[in-house]
Amino acid sequence: MAFHSLEQICRLCREENKNFYQVILEDDMQEREASAEASHAKMSQLWQAMVQADRDYDPTLRSASGLSGCDGGRAAAYYASADSYCGDFIGEVVTRAIQMAESNACMRRIVAAPTAGSCGVLPAVLIPCAHRYQLSDQQVEEALYVAAGIGQVIASRAFIAGATGGCQAEIGSASAMAAGALAYLKGGNEEVICHAVAIALKALLGLVCDPVAGLVEVPCVKRNVIGAVNAMTAADQALAGIQSFIPVDQVIDAMREVGEKMASSLRETGLGGLAATPKGMEVTL
Amino acid sequence: MNIFEILGPVMVGPSSSHTAGAVRIGYMARKILGETPVKAQIQLHGSFAATGSGHGTDRALLAGLLGMEPDDSRIPYSRQVAHESGLAFSFENVNLRDAHPNTAVLTVWGKEGNQVKVQASSLGGGRIMVNQIDGIRVDFTGEKPTLIVQNEDKPGVLADICYARYSQDVNIATLQLYRNQKGGYAFTIAETDTDISEDVIQALPHMQGILKVIRIASEEEK
Repeated sequence: MAFHSLEQICRLCREENKNFYQVILEDDMQEREASAEASHAKMSQLWQAMVQADRDYDPTLRSASGLSGCDGGRAAAYYASADSYCGDFIGEVVTRAIQMAESNACMRRIVAAPTAGSCGVLPAVLIPCAHRYQLSDQQVEEALYVAAGIGQVIASRAFIAGATGGCQAEIGSASAMAAGALAYLKGGNEEVICHAVAIALKALLGLVCDPVAGLVEVPCVKRNVIGAVNAMTAADQALAGIQSFIPVDQVIDAMREVGEKMASSLRETGLGGLAATPKGMEVTL
Repeated sequence: MNIFEILGPVMVGPSSSHTAGAVRIGYMARKILGETPVKAQIQLHGSFAATGSGHGTDRALLAGLLGMEPDDSRIPYSRQVAHESGLAFSFENVNLRDAHPNTAVLTVWGKEGNQVKVQASSLGGGRIMVNQIDGIRVDFTGEKPTLIVQNEDKPGVLADICYARYSQDVNIATLQLYRNQKGGYAFTIAETDTDISEDVIQALPHMQGILKVIRIASEEEK
């Protein structure tokens, strides 16, 4: 039985004295009639595929349209040598987000999380964290369960596709999932996780899906960066004890309402926003 | 949606609907044909026609026809693989009536002379729906183990099909019947909770009125 609210997950955490990850794992075992080992094996495959995709980035590749490619290499070189504003750690997050999103645009193998267009967000925060905090695969996989549980609630109450809810539903959801995962990795309990999710999603509320020529490239690649960085600042705020005034489930409902009010030209049709600018219209296939 | 529909699939980019879903459509058409395809005429409708080339939709459909799955790193090179493995292909854009924006129609010929025309759409997240087989309306996703039986539209055939499944202790989740005209050809499509054994598949074609049996295995079994 998939969860319809984060409150429902929190209640189970409290009543059964379990953490967020355990609740999601047990629900998956029940839902798919799988053992804990079988479920973990599947999650482990996804994590390994993310790590492999990150490793396989090729800074010389360009997409078929010519719109994407090579910026991952530029970012890496800049952060390695320059006195950047963001510093090494955030610099690594930015670099990996661009690289993964470029790999996607260039038809390389990635993990949709929750979509292909937003595939850079989760690995961009999890891989640098795994290095910095010496996390085991088990710990990262637990965080992925937390992310997936959050995504499941968002999909159930609202949407996770740009065509239905705009970019807030793709990058916004990915960022909210990543924020929850990061809060969990630092020992945040279910309440802290929910505040991280709410803070992350609120920051990207209203973001439209306006891809130039309908391609998952401009502005999608760089929006993966803001999704990843936003997840880190949201997790830090929640871990500092800062709370979201609007409860998380109501934030998700607001995302749905905003998405439903979005004109169809701003929902992945490539007809509005950046896609409809004179420069955007120059791109033809 | 279960959590592995939120995280995953592992896939070749750039789009779960225009790339991963398109691979599944090609793969499903190959399954329905039931043999190695040697020729394919592919028609693209709606957003598949408008933005397909930038999303690799053409290469994705061909990859599926060649038996590749959405995470196969040869997908970008499938046109070349098709040439090497003797699959002739052509693409054209069409304007279908009342079709989902991401729809393709694949007419496919096999090595042993079979031919089938499959219309399917990509629903998002890599999920697909098969809409028509040989012009007869059907609706199935291929997410569960699926049995597709082409039969003559006459009394008793459905009972035989169900009995074959029951005798193997296979529980039917959904059952759909479609036909072109009364007394003509019909498709019986059964989605089951557990995989259907080879025995059922072997037994069915020998029953009266049954023309063709196609079995689609579940994701786990593959």
